Amino acid sequence: MSRRLIEVRDLRFRYHDGTPALNGVDFWLDARETVALLGPNGSGKTTFVLHLNGLLSGEGTIEICGVPLTKETLSHARRKIGLVFQDSDSQLFMPTVIEDAAFGPLNLGLTGDEAMERAREALAQVGMAAAENRAPWHLSAGEKKRVAIAGILAMRPEILILDEPTTFLDPPAAAALLQLLRELPQAKIVVTHDVLFAGAVAPRAVFFEKGAVVGEGTVPDVLQRFGWSGPLTGLRTLP
Amino acid sequence: MHHAVLDEWSRRESALHRRDPRAKTAALVVFLIVVTTSTHNFVVLGPAYLGMLVAGMAWARIPPAGALARAAVVLPFSLVFAGAVALAGDPQRAVLLAAKSYVSAAAVLLLVATTPLPALLRGFEGLGAPRFLLMVAQFLYRYLFVISEEAQHMRAAALSRGGGIRAGRTRFRAAAGALAVLFARSHVRASDIHRAMLARGFEGHFRLVRNLRFGLADALFLVPAAGFPLALRLALGGGV
Amino acid sequence: MPMHIPDGFLDTPVWVGLNVAALPAVGVLARKAQKGFDHSRTPLLGVMGAFVFAAQMINFPVGVGTSGHLIGGALLACTLGPAAAAVTMTAILAIQALIFQDGGVLALGANVMNMAVCGTLAAYLPYHFWGRGRWRRAAIFLGGALSVLVGALLAISELLLSGIPMPGAVLGVSLGLFMVSAVLEGAITVAVVGALEGMQPDFVHQPSGRRSYVLGALASAAILLSVVGVLFASANPDGLEKLAADVGIASRAKTLFATPLADYEAGFFESPWARKAGAGMAGLVLMFGASVLLGRFGKKRSV
Repeated sequence: MSRRLIEVRDLRFRYHDGTPALNGVDFWLDARETVALLGPNGSGKTTFVLHLNGLLSGEGTIEICGVPLTKETLSHARRKIGLVFQDSDSQLFMPTVIEDAAFGPLNLGLTGDEAMERAREALAQVGMAAAENRAPWHLSAGEKKRVAIAGILAMRPEILILDEPTTFLDPPAAAALLQLLRELPQAKIVVTHDVLFAGAVAPRAVFFEKGAVVGEGTVPDVLQRFGWSGPLTGLRTLP
Repeated sequence: MHHAVLDEWSRRESALHRRDPRAKTAALVVFLIVVTTSTHNFVVLGPAYLGMLVAGMAWARIPPAGALARAAVVLPFSLVFAGAVALAGDPQRAVLLAAKSYVSAAAVLLLVATTPLPALLRGFEGLGAPRFLLMVAQFLYRYLFVISEEAQHMRAAALSRGGGIRAGRTRFRAAAGALAVLFARSHVRASDIHRAMLARGFEGHFRLVRNLRFGLADALFLVPAAGFPLALRLALGGGV
Repeated sequence: MPMHIPDGFLDTPVWVGLNVAALPAVGVLARKAQKGFDHSRTPLLGVMGAFVFAAQMINFPVGVGTSGHLIGGALLACTLGPAAAAVTMTAILAIQALIFQDGGVLALGANVMNMAVCGTLAAYLPYHFWGRGRWRRAAIFLGGALSVLVGALLAISELLLSGIPMPGAVLGVSLGLFMVSAVLEGAITVAVVGALEGMQPDFVHQPSGRRSYVLGALASAAILLSVVGVLFASANPDGLEKLAADVGIASRAKTLFATPLADYEAGFFESPWARKAGAGMAGLVLMFGASVLLGRFGKKRSV
């Protein structure tokens, strides 16, 4: 039996001005699973994942690895969950690649040497070991994405969440990312519009609409049910 | 762009690049003080100081001609005041002012061309600068590259929308609007950065990865780097 | 056109003194900027600093084919608050000195005191007192203008104190240009704050009800200092004496100083231009002082 890593029950959230963003979302994620979150813009996918590591807080229950998420257990959640943001430039803020990758481990309390060790390991895992001393503004979009992922992997999370990971990537870079994700053992949540990527990376999909989960199943099932398959989705090809 | 060129130069490899930033900063400060207090015999001292800088550039494998040309960015301002002084009847002093500002700028440029800015900032922490300020400067530098590009795109977009046609007042308001949009974007980016930091366990303090190490090579560098201009000044520059 | 003083211009006691003054000032402001906020300030101030650099690329038409750009101190003060704005400006000045060689390194203390500390605080002062009422836009405009004027006047007085002679005509033209720049900065700041409020009122800092007398006193002192500085420096014959000694016309100079009044070399410091400029600034300060008092009474009434 698989371990349940994330359990969400009836999550609700409203913005400052009162507009409802999440209307009672239920969700679960088991070890080694990969789930795609699909749905139109503004349906609440990103808002939802921001709740999982406590960047936003709403009403309802969230359990990360069996521990309920509260103010006190935030650092626990942030150790377990690694969130890769859509815009790598907002994530890579340190002056060099290796220093950025070491940022997470340092926050976990490791010493400088240990953190560097972890950072090098993670960079090797994503194939960016040679770029150690380069500045983030010199990297291509695909390279930045990999370094961002390395920064997360260096913290050894159990769950990876990627928010629109293929947004700035060209097809070869997207294919390389797909390959990398397939090799990583962590459980994954991938928020994406890229239906081909979703199909290739995730056996299960969850469809969001207006702040609630309205359907679940395999990616092709879900796409068909909600009218998202068609000629447009055949434009990009992934191996 | 100027900062991109300096950034590239600062990432090259040379013995000078490898020196501790604090040693280089100390050498710079001594050099600047020597230059600024050299009022006599600058005809000889000026070229001598410049020669030392050029030697440093060659040692660091930075193109001296390019570097010296870039240091000239200080001249427009200095020449205005030098001109005023010349008009007041003291052309000798005017030339001195311009020359001193130029040599000083070239020295600063050499420091920055051989030391990546974040390392330089970390060196300043040892000199008592508040860490908060240094981190702000580091973020500023990091995002200078990103935001300059955004601003350039906005400018190009505005120009392509017929920049010269509308009346002055409307254009003024349009420019203010563009600035406000850039401001808002920057603000959103700042909160995204903060969120990404929180997601990686940030709890308020920036922890250092590696401490700077001041070694024998740095001491061996500092003594002549600071001592030589000082000696030159005392020998040829007249009284203190 | 902001006044970044390069190295080689200021006299040793002047630049040393200003560096000594800048260190604790920046330390205090850095602490104040962090206090009461969570640690999100660091990326915010850094990114806003980068924003100021980028903002200087956007041109504002001033008519007759010329255009100017925002300098930014007052805008930062109205949106981030005075201490955070001062810290951001300090970071900007440091980057400008190091990377762009705009302003000297030894002179950094002077430039920081002039623009980041005094200039920013002077920019915030009117907003602090009148930022809430009907005179809000005027307050913002005045803040923008003051940020330029205070910085410029302090710089000029430091240069004069260091014995840089400025013929009356040059001084007059400089001051004229600074007035234009000040008005432009005020206008741009008002326009941008207005646009920001239209987008998201949150962006703009609301002046706190609790008045900080320390900041108010510091800011008033900054303004008075700048005017007094110009007047004092222009009347001070020491700078002139040093100049004369340097250039080696010592004997002639000695005769000059024996007769304090009249004569050409002493004359340009007593030129009508310097006098007018000084009087103008003094008038501004008096008006300002009067408004400060009125502002105080105004606030009391509304309570």
